[in-house]
Amino acid sequence: MTLRSRKLINGAMTVVCGCALLIALVPLASVLWLVISRGLAGLSFAFFTQLPKPIGEPGGGVGNAILGTLLIVALGSAIGIPLGVGAGVFLAEKGDGALGRVVRFVAEVLSGVPSIVVGIVAYGLVVLPMRHYSAWAGAVALAVLMVPSLARGTEELVRLVPRTLNEASLALGVPEWKTSLRVVLRTALPGIVTAILLGISRAAGETAPLLFTSLNNQYWSTSPGQPTASLTVQIFNYATSPYEDWHSKAWTAALILLLLVGSLSLGAKLLARNRLKGLAR
Amino acid sequence: MLRGLGAEIVVPGRRLADRLWGIGLTALGGAVLVVAGLIVLQLTRLSAPVLHQAGLLSFVTSKKWDVVNDTFGAAAYVYGTLVTSTVALLFAMPVAVGLALFLTEMTKPQFRPIIAFPLELLAGIPSVVYGLWGLFVLVPVLRDPIEPFLARTLGFLPFFKGPPIGLGFLAAGVILAIMILPTITAISIEVLRTVPGSLREAALALGATRWEAIRVAVLPYARTGIIGGIILGLGRALGETMAVTMVIGNAPQISASLFAPGYSLPAVIANEFAEASGALHTGALAALGLLLFGVTLLLNAAARLLVRVATGGAKRVAA
Repeated sequence: MTLRSRKLINGAMTVVCGCALLIALVPLASVLWLVISRGLAGLSFAFFTQLPKPIGEPGGGVGNAILGTLLIVALGSAIGIPLGVGAGVFLAEKGDGALGRVVRFVAEVLSGVPSIVVGIVAYGLVVLPMRHYSAWAGAVALAVLMVPSLARGTEELVRLVPRTLNEASLALGVPEWKTSLRVVLRTALPGIVTAILLGISRAAGETAPLLFTSLNNQYWSTSPGQPTASLTVQIFNYATSPYEDWHSKAWTAALILLLLVGSLSLGAKLLARNRLKGLAR
Repeated sequence: MLRGLGAEIVVPGRRLADRLWGIGLTALGGAVLVVAGLIVLQLTRLSAPVLHQAGLLSFVTSKKWDVVNDTFGAAAYVYGTLVTSTVALLFAMPVAVGLALFLTEMTKPQFRPIIAFPLELLAGIPSVVYGLWGLFVLVPVLRDPIEPFLARTLGFLPFFKGPPIGLGFLAAGVILAIMILPTITAISIEVLRTVPGSLREAALALGATRWEAIRVAVLPYARTGIIGGIILGLGRALGETMAVTMVIGNAPQISASLFAPGYSLPAVIANEFAEASGALHTGALAALGLLLFGVTLLLNAAARLLVRVATGGAKRVAA
């Protein structure tokens, strides 16, 4: 092969790989543009505060679904965050033995379990014994989904804390538990908060595990023991309905969901950046 | 490490507190195993009635899914899951690897965070939003220009026959490809970063062009890890629910044509579980979940091991 043709192939492959970037950007730009443009069309104050109207009646909103998502995610976080962060601290501090290796591997493998499967598990765990759908069941599903990735994330962040800090504290006679809590965890805290925010953002976007756990509700739900509406399930129901009006509501609800999920992960990103700056100082 | 030293000057209450702390942490770590155990337990418990009645093999291979007569066979759903995931891999693999190569080998390091940002965005969009987009944007585009075009040009193949509906295996495959693209790309980038610079330099010093260096030095070294990333992407594709449910057409049939509507394992669980009547129907859906769980578990374990081997067990450097 001549040098000329080899250089030609090199250039061609660079262009091909660059095209991969363009191909990846097209769906992203299209999704974002359509959600924003079609979503903005239906956006109003009432959309945030009102209940869904039956088909045929104009107006109405998804207020109960927004509140429901916040409720389910908050309950799920209340269960999932302590478990996930705790398991992560265990992995970092005591995780070098056989138990640690097993827990680490199981956490890694569990993070790939499809969310719909977790929904079935929450159905068996909560819905069947309670005999009805409830926000609790959805929360349990979200918690199970949060734990593995939170554990792995926390472990990585705690391990980043310099060993010398730990040793200095122990050498001063501070007990081990206090060293872990007040020195190691405190140093790793901003990073852990980032991981938590990312976990919450992912949980807020989940639909499949809520379909048959928290189900849906056309009204305000007053207690977590009731079936509860959520933004994601509402988008699914609106989108797969045959009505034009509901389709446009699906887009507006999707815009609200994207704003919620996006602001959570943006917050996480900003926090991570500040942390890096802090370490550099 | 300091335990021997501390033991002599220990305050009694303190040792108790340290031991409680250790026990508490271990319990929290063990909770991960409990969660895993609960998943397995619930899935087997719920699906037991159906698996007793039919046995796993005949459940998976039988085509007949008749809710009214309590006859359950998963073949059509398994078929749909496999076809859509294969289509997704065929589309996503070259793009993801090309993209990873472009980001790690062909651009200046300063640009990388700017280019990597959209990938993170792509990974963060909820699946139901992809479904919405798929239903109202992708499906119409497939129905009108794309599927008729494929039928005209490649219509002699069995894959591109039949009426262009839009909803179907092809739509589900394309949307899955978009959704697993960030996964495969991220792992590939991670693996490519561990390729020693000396390998590239050696190839370049021997007169190779940049592409030749990638082909003879970089890719062979990174192959195992990239395959691990692809398997991880496959695992995601198999279990992806909402977007597929919204665009696959939800018709339990086995058809060679990608234009035909089909069904997938997660999609049928999503559509039927809440309205399932009786322990057998619920059990059959849970058995589908168990199947999905088993397959994704194996794929994930394999992928993690491959990636770990490929990156030489190196501790990941924080970004």
